[in-house]
Amino acid sequence: MSIKKVHDQQPENFEFSEENLQAAKNILKKYPKTNKKSAVMPLLYLAQKQNDNWIPLSALKYIGKYLSMPYINVYEIATFYTMYNLAPVGKYFIQVCTTSPCLLRGAGEIVKLCQKKISKNQNQISDNGTCSWTEVECLGACISAPLMQVNDDYYEDLDVPSAEKILDSFLENNPVKPGSSKNRTNSSPENKKTNGINNA
Amino acid sequence: MLKEEDKIFTNLYNQHGWSIEDSFKRKDWSNTKEIMAKGKDWIIDEIKLSELRGRGGAGFPTGVKWSFAPKKVGSRPHYLVINADESEPGTCKDRDIIRFEPQKLLEGCLITSLAVSAHVCYIYIRGEYLNEGRRLQKAIDEAYEKKLIGKNACNSGWDLDIYIHYGAGAYICGEETALLESLEGNKGQPRLKPPFPALVGLYGCPTIVNNVETIAVVPTILRKGGKWFASIGRPKNTGTKIFCISGNVNSPCNVEEEMGVPLKYLIEKHAGGVVGGWNNLQAVIPGGSSMPLIPKDVCETIKMDFDSLVAAKSGLGTAGIVVINKDQDIVKCMTRIARFYKHESCGQCTPCREGVGWMWRILERTAKGEATKQDINLLSEVTTQIEGHTICAFGEGAAWPVQGLLRHFRKELDKKCFSEPIIKKKRKIPYLVDQHLLENKDA
Repeated sequence: MSIKKVHDQQPENFEFSEENLQAAKNILKKYPKTNKKSAVMPLLYLAQKQNDNWIPLSALKYIGKYLSMPYINVYEIATFYTMYNLAPVGKYFIQVCTTSPCLLRGAGEIVKLCQKKISKNQNQISDNGTCSWTEVECLGACISAPLMQVNDDYYEDLDVPSAEKILDSFLENNPVKPGSSKNRTNSSPENKKTNGINNA
Repeated sequence: MLKEEDKIFTNLYNQHGWSIEDSFKRKDWSNTKEIMAKGKDWIIDEIKLSELRGRGGAGFPTGVKWSFAPKKVGSRPHYLVINADESEPGTCKDRDIIRFEPQKLLEGCLITSLAVSAHVCYIYIRGEYLNEGRRLQKAIDEAYEKKLIGKNACNSGWDLDIYIHYGAGAYICGEETALLESLEGNKGQPRLKPPFPALVGLYGCPTIVNNVETIAVVPTILRKGGKWFASIGRPKNTGTKIFCISGNVNSPCNVEEEMGVPLKYLIEKHAGGVVGGWNNLQAVIPGGSSMPLIPKDVCETIKMDFDSLVAAKSGLGTAGIVVINKDQDIVKCMTRIARFYKHESCGQCTPCREGVGWMWRILERTAKGEATKQDINLLSEVTTQIEGHTICAFGEGAAWPVQGLLRHFRKELDKKCFSEPIIKKKRKIPYLVDQHLLENKDA
């Protein structure tokens, strides 16, 4: 898997908020009582959400204790899966898909645009502190290529002008609506009549 | 080509709304109780009769897979796991099923759970599909509210609980045993088979793992009959399939068609043709990135089903069609796929962990024009050393696309290899060079 760097400045302590403790309890109900370990992935997501979209080492220790599993196992999982950020990311975390289907339709241009607008290097927070970007592998929406994921949402059917507009909106802290930038309806072919189709 | 009334996913583009009320209008859940009353043997026989093959890539007959689960539940409970970890480049069919036809999936889960005697079903959905997962959770909540799942689901006397589990961006978790590892709270590294998950799977219990599309077509098959499904498509390759057409086409789209539909028809009719016209076509990856590409002359006549594509030394895989036209540098495109596999190898087996890096580096050199003639032979050798030497099929998936490139585009590769071997420059510094290497012709 990819190389991951743990952030050099780590907070001392981490604890789930009241709300997240309740959420964690609900998550544990999904799995058999003897297999609490299964909840480690959802709990890591909770920790990531609580801590501004990145997971400090103290959170790994906390989750290890919470699920009575060794710290190293939690560390192993947090470093194996790419969606856990172990260092701070921008408020708007932009993930540009660059795998072949997107590359064929011009994802390279989007990457250049990110380098120009946000920061020279991947995972480097922009000067005004709102955004950071990274290249990712296939996001699984190849028919809407090229696309990028910003936090939870997909921005699809990009080209240079539309991507520029979208990136600007994040830099100005005023995000535009997610979805297709060509006003295309879901995964239907673009040129066909789309009357009566509801946008997702 | 597929008749309108034979389409299973009538709401593929969300023409009619995705809520449970809308899906009732499409006959979802209309006679689930009666179907379930016919018993598990009837269900399995009917699926066997339909010759439904798994839609996740391997194409294993679904009815046969279900019959591997123990007939009687012993001391260990049975589990049903739905694989919605759709990460194969070129594929995005499950996303639309989850967004727009969630009730078909849930109804399929209920019927399948009876067939394999499971009371708990996990849906493993990839972490990036967060919004899709929320939509699915909403659909699950609606189904619970209407008592379609849960205790005494649909008044059938069968209990079923469905839970969603999110992955976190690992392609390998689409492999069924890696998926189970991940679900148990471990790194997603595949297990050795046998024992197969049908006997020893999740938490050591019998587990059936199926793809989203496979499960979502089950209710319609049982409603209309296995014979109806078997009558569509070609023998041994029956039924309908969602094809995802992406890459250099005028209007990329998802479309449901019958199995065995000609590739040219799919591209020309549904995807608006190749950018720059059919003659501008260079190659097509027919089944997601792990299947070898096929050149234009094969594309003219090839039919899209499991057996025809195997005969053309490729495979249907997930039916994610990636079209590459002549404006693209094929070597660069495949280098990117090699980089994908380098990134996604789980690191468990040495041939794959090291080999995918080798393949990527050699291809990268070639794409930049820095490779030597010998590098291509080395590349070919590396692919054969990965293939068949790993625990899971990732090794094949990584090696096949490169083998496809070597098979059909050897000339393109050779054209880029004119660099002087480094060894030649170092000839005068004896301690830097193994002398026996100099005896080689290209050295």
